[in-house]
Amino acid sequence: MATLPTGSLARDAGQGAAAISNTGGSEIKNVTIDVSDNTATASPAQPALPGQIGAKLGEWGKALLAPLVGILAFLALWAVLAPQVDTSLGSLPGPVEVFEQGGALFEEWQASREAEAEFDAAQQARIDAGTQAEIFQYSGPPTFLGQIGTSLKTVALGFFLSTLIAVPIGLVCGLSPLVNAAINPLVQIMKPVSPLAWLPIVTMVVSATITGTDPMLPKSFVISAIVVMLCALWPTLINTAVGTASIDKDLLNVGRVLKLGWFAKLTKLVLPSSLPYIFTGMRLSLGVGWMVLIAAEMLAQNPGLGKFVWDEFQNGSSQSLARIMFAVIVIGLIGFLLDRLMLAIEKLVSHNRTV
Amino acid sequence: MSKTGNRFNISKRRMLTLMLASVALAGCGKSGKPEGESVQAAAANGAVEKPNLKLGFIKLTDMAPLAIAKEKGFFAEEGLNVTLEPQANWKVLLDGVIGGQLDGAHMLAGQPLAATLGMGTKADLIAPLSLDLNGNAITISNKVWQQIAPSLPKGADGKPLHPIPASALAPVIASYKAQGKSFKMGMVFPVSTHNYYLRYWLAAGGLNPGFYTPGDVAGTTDAQVQLSVTPPPQMPATLEAGTIDGYCVGEPWNQAAVQKKIGVPVITDDQIWHNNPEKVFGLRKDFADKYPGTTAAVLRAIIKAQQWLDAEDGKNRTEAVKILAQPNYVGADAQVIAASMTGKFTFAPGDTREAKGFNIFFDNYAGYPYYSDAVWFLTQMRRWGQLPADHPDQWYFDTAKAVYRPDLYMGAAKALVEKGTIPATALPETDGYKAPDSGFLDGITYDGKRPNEYLGKFKIGLKQGQSVTASGVK
Repeated sequence: MATLPTGSLARDAGQGAAAISNTGGSEIKNVTIDVSDNTATASPAQPALPGQIGAKLGEWGKALLAPLVGILAFLALWAVLAPQVDTSLGSLPGPVEVFEQGGALFEEWQASREAEAEFDAAQQARIDAGTQAEIFQYSGPPTFLGQIGTSLKTVALGFFLSTLIAVPIGLVCGLSPLVNAAINPLVQIMKPVSPLAWLPIVTMVVSATITGTDPMLPKSFVISAIVVMLCALWPTLINTAVGTASIDKDLLNVGRVLKLGWFAKLTKLVLPSSLPYIFTGMRLSLGVGWMVLIAAEMLAQNPGLGKFVWDEFQNGSSQSLARIMFAVIVIGLIGFLLDRLMLAIEKLVSHNRTV
Repeated sequence: MSKTGNRFNISKRRMLTLMLASVALAGCGKSGKPEGESVQAAAANGAVEKPNLKLGFIKLTDMAPLAIAKEKGFFAEEGLNVTLEPQANWKVLLDGVIGGQLDGAHMLAGQPLAATLGMGTKADLIAPLSLDLNGNAITISNKVWQQIAPSLPKGADGKPLHPIPASALAPVIASYKAQGKSFKMGMVFPVSTHNYYLRYWLAAGGLNPGFYTPGDVAGTTDAQVQLSVTPPPQMPATLEAGTIDGYCVGEPWNQAAVQKKIGVPVITDDQIWHNNPEKVFGLRKDFADKYPGTTAAVLRAIIKAQQWLDAEDGKNRTEAVKILAQPNYVGADAQVIAASMTGKFTFAPGDTREAKGFNIFFDNYAGYPYYSDAVWFLTQMRRWGQLPADHPDQWYFDTAKAVYRPDLYMGAAKALVEKGTIPATALPETDGYKAPDSGFLDGITYDGKRPNEYLGKFKIGLKQGQSVTASGVK
């Protein structure tokens, strides 16, 4: 830490470290669930003494009952309060209407698959009869599930690109206080920029760069992915820099004694000790990326969940609000799952290191 | 005159070079298409070069020909595999077409004209087909309606006499002004038909909707009524929020205001200008030049859909409403869409009137892109200062001819006549200019062959030789 040239990164270091130990206050949901996980895995190892049964029940209560009660209370509150809010599209839908629309969306997906099968069969017949020369992609409307798929693909590409850029830069920043001092102001300025501010610039640049008539990746897809990348870069970059900078001085000294080369120092000393930081950064990045993606899709009309929400808002039919709410729940769930996935990987990495 | 004429020629020549370059780059075997119209007419009904197309639209009922062409299989019949994609607003849609994400789109008539003239993003776009006539209305908020309704002249049935003039708003606007507030109305795009029809209505009622100046792209210089841009589907929500006091928009967003009880439609655009031209099908000029067969196939499919929509006195309209109500098209509730699509139009609650021609897709030569329509939009751009400088009549004709392409329409339509799909009587015998038209609210006659003379007839608006600055009209 002492090698850090500026105070601002040190503050970020506090954030990063907090996320690693899961005691930080920034993500309440994760913290509570982590605690319950730990107790759940720890308890079977202990003998069930009578005095501990009550304690165990208490733990179970914390692990299962409390969240359940919380969710039920929320649903009840929702069901009671929603009908009282009157909008020009009717009253706000309660949980029942929302889940009905979820069912309807699934049925639409099934219907669309049937239509696609029909389309393919008719197309095959035309090709066999020689009246059609080439195979067409089914061009029906995108379904909700299809939009989820597009969103996941977009965020994956953006996240991949951001990691590819942020980790090397972060490593260099961490190893060289001089580079860090040079880059830090830029990072601090770029970090808080909203995706919506990047969007017009990215749109114009991508439109100018991709000029082919049938590009490999659709422009809108590339635009969303790059906006995600621009916003997801910073947590990974900062955490990598901090992780690299806070490497144990003794280790570096040992490396110097052993006369390790630059590459060996990087792979044997720096990377292993900064990996947990890097993964924490990546986890934060993915969270940011997912939030950014929805906003970018909404504004730029790139296919995906954000566009689904916007299209439904524009439809303004009596089902629109329920469908939007269902999408909100799905967006939240996917964001949560992505976070858990990264957390699992992060744990695996730090676990391997201690072993 | 010669100056502007030259400028146009240069851009056309540049287009040609670009096109040649792109043909050469693509290594396309077919040689030298670019000589424009004559060659295209010959190739117009040839093979489809690019069957996979993505077309954009805005959630309005007048996109119906595209949805019908897709759902009733007219695109497929022409060997096309078309994806239809809703767009957030007219700007996004236009950028999509110019940028190549979209191969073509349901467009405002002013958009291809403005893009070709370089107002906003400069790009050579063409309009080879008009999608419909009429289809818009002006809606005001309940609050304003309650203030003007008592003083409106009533008919024998106790309902207000139509058309309701904009002058009825004058007392409300005066009271707003006394309170230091401005009266605001929404329209969908600076070069939209809605902007021009709304301005026409206001100016015919003696209310100045404001001028555009090179420094005032919002168009509010000297305005008594301030107009601003809101995307069509957000109109009702914006009205409800009180940001605007009224708006001019296409369906179903006027009937949505009726349904949600947040506003009252006061006049349809058909009452402002009988059988006025509305949306067009727009695409890039280089696309049409490079893929003449594809362009013709798209036009044939849309023409068939237009015929289907107007067939036998609208017997298919109920089915069309069902299709449009799907969430991937207009998506509003079927009853809201039906409220304007099936020959009736609801004004104030309980005041539903016959409106047979509220939207026309095929009859009255609705599909033919008249030069005179393009010239009319250009005169309105000039009238309100979007074109800051004077232009000779010839400039209006040349611009119209570069953007509106009845040659492409007739090429496609005649192929359908030969096959017997549409009757020969469905095509007009015309040089592209309608006979002088006096179907306007204020009784002024429009002759497409005399644009500058026409501009001189308006009480409010720029005339030949006038310009507008921040301090007013000179």
